[in-house]
Amino acid sequence: MPTLQEIIDRLELKVLTVKRDFTEVTPTSGYTSDLLSCVMAGAQKRSVWVTLQAHANIVAVAALLDLSAIIITEGAMPDPSSIAKANEEEINLFFTTRSTYTIVGELWEMGLKAE
Amino acid sequence: MANPERVITDGAANMISRVEELAYELTIGEVMSRELKTIAPGTKMGDVMETFRQARISGAPVVSNGVLIGIVSLEDLIRALRESNIEAPVGEYMTRQVMTVNGASPLIEALKVFEQRHIGRLPVVDDNNKLAGIITKGDITSGVMRALQYDYQEEEVRKYRARHLFEDIISDRTSLTLRYKIKHGEFAHGGNASSHIKKALLRLGASPQIARRCGIAIYEAEMNLIIHSTNGGMIRIEIEPNQILMETLDDGPGIADIALAMTPGYSTAPDSIRELGFGAGMGLKNIHRCVDDMYLDSAPGRGTRLEMRIYMQSEEQLGETNHANTTRDH
Repeated sequence: MPTLQEIIDRLELKVLTVKRDFTEVTPTSGYTSDLLSCVMAGAQKRSVWVTLQAHANIVAVAALLDLSAIIITEGAMPDPSSIAKANEEEINLFFTTRSTYTIVGELWEMGLKAE
Repeated sequence: MANPERVITDGAANMISRVEELAYELTIGEVMSRELKTIAPGTKMGDVMETFRQARISGAPVVSNGVLIGIVSLEDLIRALRESNIEAPVGEYMTRQVMTVNGASPLIEALKVFEQRHIGRLPVVDDNNKLAGIITKGDITSGVMRALQYDYQEEEVRKYRARHLFEDIISDRTSLTLRYKIKHGEFAHGGNASSHIKKALLRLGASPQIARRCGIAIYEAEMNLIIHSTNGGMIRIEIEPNQILMETLDDGPGIADIALAMTPGYSTAPDSIRELGFGAGMGLKNIHRCVDDMYLDSAPGRGTRLEMRIYMQSEEQLGETNHANTTRDH
């Protein structure tokens, strides 16, 4: 399983929140959906969530589910208050301009699969 | 200073960001030394050496009539010794251009000066420019350590109190009620109540699984109030050692067909809300999955009452008697 650092490097993600030691975080699986209730139902604890939603509620969802990170795709950019909330809740937010499909494909190739 | 190659653990990263916060929260006045040796400008350099030796210090402010006029350090003393001039007054060797900081400023201001200029100590003045103390890097380190220690104890005390709540109060049946008012349409605060409830449960000693199940259920119920209510509503959580009752109440518009509302994928949310990722028609199904008992009472024009219950197994019960829950994991 890849670490968050390997994911950031390979997918050239921009880290929007506080930089931590991502070499020590190994996500368990991945999940993608832009519907928050589906994420609530389907995302595993410590998984990586790929979405194009960028509003503050994604932080609340990730905090309740104890997710490892959110990868925000297609160039959607959260506002500063959402990033501040993510830092407060210790949620990692990563940014990319690439599409959800591409990101998920790359994650799968790196060995981050789902159940 | 910061070496990007250095490996920092998650725990250390948290501590670092807390230290950074403290650099803004603590004032220079709170960590500086107030007991300070000052030197009069006429003092001979030889006597300064004696003062340094006795007080075990390596520098001191030079003060004339209460006003700071310079600073004398070991380096000045060494210069005087090299020139065999220890009979000279301090005024000849001291540094006159003294950087000072204000005691009311945050610690970060002193840290910036220490980082920019290679000096070991900074005189601290008050608003009237009178000398109030002196600050060294050592003062900053011990000030921050004291504050961190205090933080840690605060959280331990809070957890300790919360965990003992149910044992400390004797009654035939004790419960703790939390209430949250939820406003209609306030998406920006969506999830705040559920996140507070999850934290409260962890503090009370709930297992991470119980806290997570409650968190998910109450998040969906909270979003329903934000999206679907007319005038907002109320979340009421009643916590007992062996069960948690979660309730949401609103006064309209009510649900016409409850069975249909429970059907996965069915939603009445407008497109503007669906674009934000809500209204997937999964909310009630998610709640059903997370709680042990769920009861929905609603009719058009009458409002909606949703009741959710989670029962704890004996090893999951809240309170200090159950030592299995004294985990710090969350």
